[in-house]
Amino acid sequence: MGKDDGFGRVQELSYELKVGEVMTTTVITVAPDNRVGDLRELFRANKMSGTPVVAGDRLVGIISIEDFIKCLADGEMDCPVRMRMTEKVEVLYADEPVVHAIHKFDRRGFGRFPVLDRKTGHLVGILSKGDIIKGLLKKLEIDYHEEEIHHYRASHIFEDILADKTAIRLKYDVRGKDFENAGASASALKKTLSRLGFHPQVIRRVAIATYEAEMNIVVFTPKGQMLADIHPDHIEVKAVDKGPGIPDIERALVPGFSTAPEWVRELGFGAGMGLSNIQKSSDKMVLKSKVGKGTDLRMTFFLYR
Amino acid sequence: MKLEEIVHELKMDVRSAGRNLAREVRGGYASDLLSDVMANAEKDYLWVTLQIHQNIVAVAVLKELAGVIIVNGREPEPETLAKAEKEGVPILVTQLPTFEIVGRLHQLGFRGTA
Repeated sequence: MGKDDGFGRVQELSYELKVGEVMTTTVITVAPDNRVGDLRELFRANKMSGTPVVAGDRLVGIISIEDFIKCLADGEMDCPVRMRMTEKVEVLYADEPVVHAIHKFDRRGFGRFPVLDRKTGHLVGILSKGDIIKGLLKKLEIDYHEEEIHHYRASHIFEDILADKTAIRLKYDVRGKDFENAGASASALKKTLSRLGFHPQVIRRVAIATYEAEMNIVVFTPKGQMLADIHPDHIEVKAVDKGPGIPDIERALVPGFSTAPEWVRELGFGAGMGLSNIQKSSDKMVLKSKVGKGTDLRMTFFLYR
Repeated sequence: MKLEEIVHELKMDVRSAGRNLAREVRGGYASDLLSDVMANAEKDYLWVTLQIHQNIVAVAVLKELAGVIIVNGREPEPETLAKAEKEGVPILVTQLPTFEIVGRLHQLGFRGTA
């Protein structure tokens, strides 16, 4: 995942994370019979601007610093909380995605929402905007660390292996006519190369070429294999199959020439551009084929051109 | 311009990955040939096509496209939507034909690679 995808990831997280995962679970509450005057010390000591009112396990209202000030102005500090609280409380449920909470904060302009368990209706926590930000940051940090670890492990692999010559071989099986999984090998290889720390430019070229090679196997053959050999300074990908073979390689390389059947063309394949795309994306391409035996395509990508 | 603003502006229907609409779109490419898109579309581009089968998702993922616009009110196949949802690729549907939707994207200031 690119670094500029950061915003998208936060949005995604706001759907994944639940209110219950980011809320504050130690909630300071007051009882309906407490004196309003007692709230002053509570609000001051805990730097709060409002607090839920709870009778037993049940949320019965919420009282804010504004309610307190009005009460003070009226000179009714001895009045019970019950008389001054807001009874219709906007709440969130612990199993709601954080994105709901964000919308609610936006719409209502409140500083915090009590959080209830949907089944029991009990108060289980309280959620402020600060809780959401903290929760998202924590999750992002974990994600970032996980990808960093993958990246670190993989990108140091060549330094850590002691040998005169090192290569990593990745093998992908490709099934013919399986349009459902078509492109999966190219995707997997692309992800792996990115973890190994290769330059995005190189990865892009490998992705285009291997996608086209994979598609050729899917469209024209019963099955084949993609073999990627990763060397410290170059990548070689072999696409081999035991399909029908190519009768006239020179013609097959002409952009726009295609032998794909009509139904394949309707899917958007078989435009006769695959092999020329491969040629353009790779630094070296060797194509060998025998009619009735199969095809062997080798693509080389140099890392330092 | 963000994808969600384009969706709103051109009144398109979001069919998948509504969570990824905050993505910034850099330009566009229109083609119904997958190889052509593989060769010529760029990262963060919007792709306009009439193809509805699931391979459009693979191409969009590999090219890191911002999203796919399907024209003429064609509905993507269920497998396409399932895959797009999983991979986080927004698929949008417009009732307009390619020529019209591309014209409107151009009016919004989007360009391809010329």
